[in-house]
Amino acid sequence: MATRYLEIRQGVLSKNDQLAAGLRERFARAGLFVVNLVSSPGTGKTALLERLLAEMRAMGLHVAAVVGDLQTDNDARRLARSGAPVRQITTDGMCHLEADMLAGKLEGWDLDALDFLFIENVGNLVCPTWYDLGEDIRLVLLSVTEGEDKPLKYPVMFNSADVAVITKTDLTAACECNLDAMRANIRAVRPGMLIFETSAKTGAGLSELLAFLLAQRRAKYPTA
Amino acid sequence: MHELSIAASLVESVEQAARRAGAQRVARVFLRLGALSGVAKDALLFGYDVATAGTLLEGSRLVIEEVAVAVHCETCRRDVKLSSIQDFRCPVCGQPCAQIAAGRELEITGIEIEVADDASLQAESA
Ligand SMILES: Nc1nc2c(ncn2[C@@H]2O[C@H](COP(=O)(O)OP(=O)(O)OP(=O)(O)O)[C@@H](O)[C@H]2O)c(=O)[nH]1
Ligand SMILES: [Mg+2]
Ligand SMILES: [Zn+2]
Repeated sequence: MATRYLEIRQGVLSKNDQLAAGLRERFARAGLFVVNLVSSPGTGKTALLERLLAEMRAMGLHVAAVVGDLQTDNDARRLARSGAPVRQITTDGMCHLEADMLAGKLEGWDLDALDFLFIENVGNLVCPTWYDLGEDIRLVLLSVTEGEDKPLKYPVMFNSADVAVITKTDLTAACECNLDAMRANIRAVRPGMLIFETSAKTGAGLSELLAFLLAQRRAKYPTA
Repeated sequence: MHELSIAASLVESVEQAARRAGAQRVARVFLRLGALSGVAKDALLFGYDVATAGTLLEGSRLVIEEVAVAVHCETCRRDVKLSSIQDFRCPVCGQPCAQIAAGRELEITGIEIEVADDASLQAESA
């Protein structure tokens, strides 16, 4: 028996990364803009999406959603009420979505006919960080009920995201949330991060977020 | 235990490479782990022992090289090491820095494998 050293130089998650890169190309060919929503459980991903899907459809946009859930199809049913096509990934206890799970859910959808695809990740601020899904934007949500210091507790997730949304702003006073401190903490772990503030209950801040998403899509696909 | 899925991917990749090289067993795995990878070292080591059971990697050692986070400071015009991943400011001049130069690594750099003597000859002559 002989011992040898073998050089490898390979990302531990290269398999997922490659699949995600393939998806990203596919989305780009289809002119589809993809947003991956990540947050703690209960931050308001589904509530925000219910609003966004409905408003975008009312504007004549073609939108769809894929939602990851540990056990139930509650979120998928809530989102489907908007009339948008919605698919559910039940992860059976797995606490994040991976690119192959998403790829498996896209079959039969005419991606060319879609403008936006929203992916609601499983509520978890750790594991979804590691798994690229081929998205254009990773949007991290944080509610005013969770405490201002969440970004400092999960710096890796907040750093990996492209945009932050502070949710449930209708509860800011009730929760004695200091929004300035929350914004400062987000930017401490991600300097320059763009931050939106929304309430799915009152609708506050939604039009700004919507305008941003539309502008991002237009910037990527100027002729679409 | 968030790191279990990472350990499983690590084992899968290493086992594939080891088999291709005709290994009978993997003795050591070398990994570069950035402080901004989000992977906790101790949890990964624990997950590694679980994930290697019954594979070519069983009983092997995971050797982790930790990589600090470095950002590019536009004011100082160089890469600087962060003292904390909760504070992305240049430790020299205090300027907020978003551009990451190092620290995201989650990378296998190499493995030490045991091969039958004839297989090692084959590999060397190939
Ligand atoms: N007051 C208020 N409540 C909200 C708002 N957004 C969500 N909620 C409530 O917060 C709870 C969780 O909201 P969801 O939208 O299910 O949160 P989620 O992030 O999708 O949760 P998971 O998918 O389980 O991780 C529900 O009871 C919502 O009604 C908001 O803007 N204001
Ligand atoms: Mg939900
Ligand atoms: Zn500096």
